[in-house]
Amino acid sequence: MSEDAGRPAVRLRDVVKTYEDDGLKVTAIDGISLEIQRRRFSMIVGPSGSGKTTLLNLIGCIDTPVSGSVEVNGEAVGALRDDRLTDFRARNIGFVFQNFSLMPVLSAYENIEYPLLLLGVPARERRQRTLAMLDSVGLAAQARHRPNQLSGGQKQRVAIARALVKRPEIVLADEPTANLDSRTGASIIELMRAEQREQATTFIFSTHDPQLMSFAEDTFVIRDGKLIEHRAGAMP
Amino acid sequence: MITFKIACRNILRNRRRSLMTMSAIAVGATAMLLFGAFMAFLVLGFQTTTVATGGHLSVFRTGYFDYGAGNPAAYGIANYDSVKKLITDDPVLGPLVRVATPRVTLFGIAGNFAVDASKTFMGVGVVPSDREQMADWNDYHLTGHHSDRLPSALRDDDETLGVIGLGLGRILGLCQALAIPDCPPPPESAATDTAPATPDAAPDVAVDISELARRDREPVPARSTSPWPRIDLLAATAGGAPNVVSLSVAQAESQRIKELDDNYVGMHLALAQQLLYGRGEHKVTVLVLQLYHTDDMTGARNRLLALFKEHHLDLEIRDFTELTPQYHQVLGLFGSIFVFIAVIMSVIVLFTVVNTMSMSVMERTNEIGTLRAMGVRRRGIRRQFLMEGLLLGLVGASAGVLLSLIIAAIINQSGVTWMPPGQVTPTPLLLLMSGVPKLIVGTWLGLIVIAALGALVPANRAARMPVVDALRHV
Repeated sequence: MSEDAGRPAVRLRDVVKTYEDDGLKVTAIDGISLEIQRRRFSMIVGPSGSGKTTLLNLIGCIDTPVSGSVEVNGEAVGALRDDRLTDFRARNIGFVFQNFSLMPVLSAYENIEYPLLLLGVPARERRQRTLAMLDSVGLAAQARHRPNQLSGGQKQRVAIARALVKRPEIVLADEPTANLDSRTGASIIELMRAEQREQATTFIFSTHDPQLMSFAEDTFVIRDGKLIEHRAGAMP
Repeated sequence: MITFKIACRNILRNRRRSLMTMSAIAVGATAMLLFGAFMAFLVLGFQTTTVATGGHLSVFRTGYFDYGAGNPAAYGIANYDSVKKLITDDPVLGPLVRVATPRVTLFGIAGNFAVDASKTFMGVGVVPSDREQMADWNDYHLTGHHSDRLPSALRDDDETLGVIGLGLGRILGLCQALAIPDCPPPPESAATDTAPATPDAAPDVAVDISELARRDREPVPARSTSPWPRIDLLAATAGGAPNVVSLSVAQAESQRIKELDDNYVGMHLALAQQLLYGRGEHKVTVLVLQLYHTDDMTGARNRLLALFKEHHLDLEIRDFTELTPQYHQVLGLFGSIFVFIAVIMSVIVLFTVVNTMSMSVMERTNEIGTLRAMGVRRRGIRRQFLMEGLLLGLVGASAGVLLSLIIAAIINQSGVTWMPPGQVTPTPLLLLMSGVPKLIVGTWLGLIVIAALGALVPANRAARMPVVDALRHV
């Protein structure tokens, strides 16, 4: 733990990511180098198409760069084979998606419990942690509800609980408020901030909404695949 | 467990599509099982008929099977009573054998000289009571299988009585005397063609045999009072001399096959021996063994071989499938039809499951991406879709088995009858589901495996999806 304390949660060095789109080469990330400190509430901000999602995908180990290196939680993830990388994600990274991406056939409780099943957490502990998370995001009464019985805000709360229940090092949230009205969006950001403080997790979320910048401790502004600005706030 | 739970719920999520897929599997299973049950009915029915008349195993003198038909007298078993005792007293064979009975097979000319008619015949000399007992064999409990069998007119205590095929009775002009149905008089032209064209032409064989019979026959005082029509049988004895006996024809029996109907003469064993061996040593051409159960046939055969070797007996064994080549032909024919149906059904099931699972993978692409991002390995995704294919197969195949059992029960209870080839009265049509346990298990398992195979291709495609592409899918 003491070793990890001084090491950044994420370190990118000269990362380049290009796509082929209809035969055209598109550079989504153009030589970005950055470090995201542990236990910080960090935000990646930029207009649509600036490369925010691609950057989060690279940090989340679900995409690989064309060049450069990605280090997450001290691990050079580029060297890991698929199964090892998948296990690494299961242990270290929680995801919150813009479109919630809950399993439609599972209840709120089961959706939150699912990551613990993947990690082989014993049944009793699984139950305790799942119920605690449900309570924490204010959905104890909706435990048995399926996603189609929940509102957008409730779905995103379940998604946040699902990302946090396994106590990951890093939680990545890709525009988590994009599909929500501004009031619900603000409450979701507040919830994420509160949970981040509670669990001392590294929280990285992307947004194109400048109004949400006030919530962030660290802000990385990107445009056209380049890091334009890094505003570091005070440690909480 | 979570994989199973998700699979079940995903199947229920698209109820209509899942129902169509499972229905296709169920229909496939039902078609295969009902045809298999019908096939079992036909094959077991054929086996029952064959075993009831000819037994399971036939013991011949070595060489009879290949050459004996041309000269049955030369391939007789002399010490047949001791061979029979050896078999029935054997501690291994004894409990397996239901009937062990000697028979004589012979060929000759049958004549009804009252109407100047004669015909070559194939005769079988039997022990009447053994023949009756054998005819009752019905190991598979086929309802109404022996419904068209009349009580045999052969009797242990009357060596002169015999039965003939319906066709032979017609040819020998015994239609009225034996009350043979559908027996028109011979066409005029055919009747006149049989007369000698000129006085110099070769003498009528029937007249010759009649004369020979008259000379050879010992006086039978009761002949004139016998209620049965009589025919004379001529055959060559083991020594090559012509021999004649008289037979009181008590009954005309259907032999189910025209060729046999036109040639068959059944008689008492003693009369057949008298005809074939004359005053010489009386032998038999075959010792027929009917077992309680067909499944014991291989064991019984092996034991017989060991016994014959141990006692230095020059005997060989043939089972009913060798003596009745049609048995394998029937099996082969229905087997081919079954394979054809099974292949078609399997292909339909395979493509139905491939289609269903492909649609499911396409619809759940984003879900696949989410699971992969959360830490589900490729094989976890593959397992999930395979499980769904397996469940579709499991439910569909189980429903098919259940449906076929219900349909079979309805048909079996409804009393539907049919006329099997060669039979003269309708018999109940049965679908022998109980006779095909291996087929039920095999079909059930096979369809589940096919459903899983059908899911494999879409499952692999789902497992190989790049996470980012899957998440981007709308």
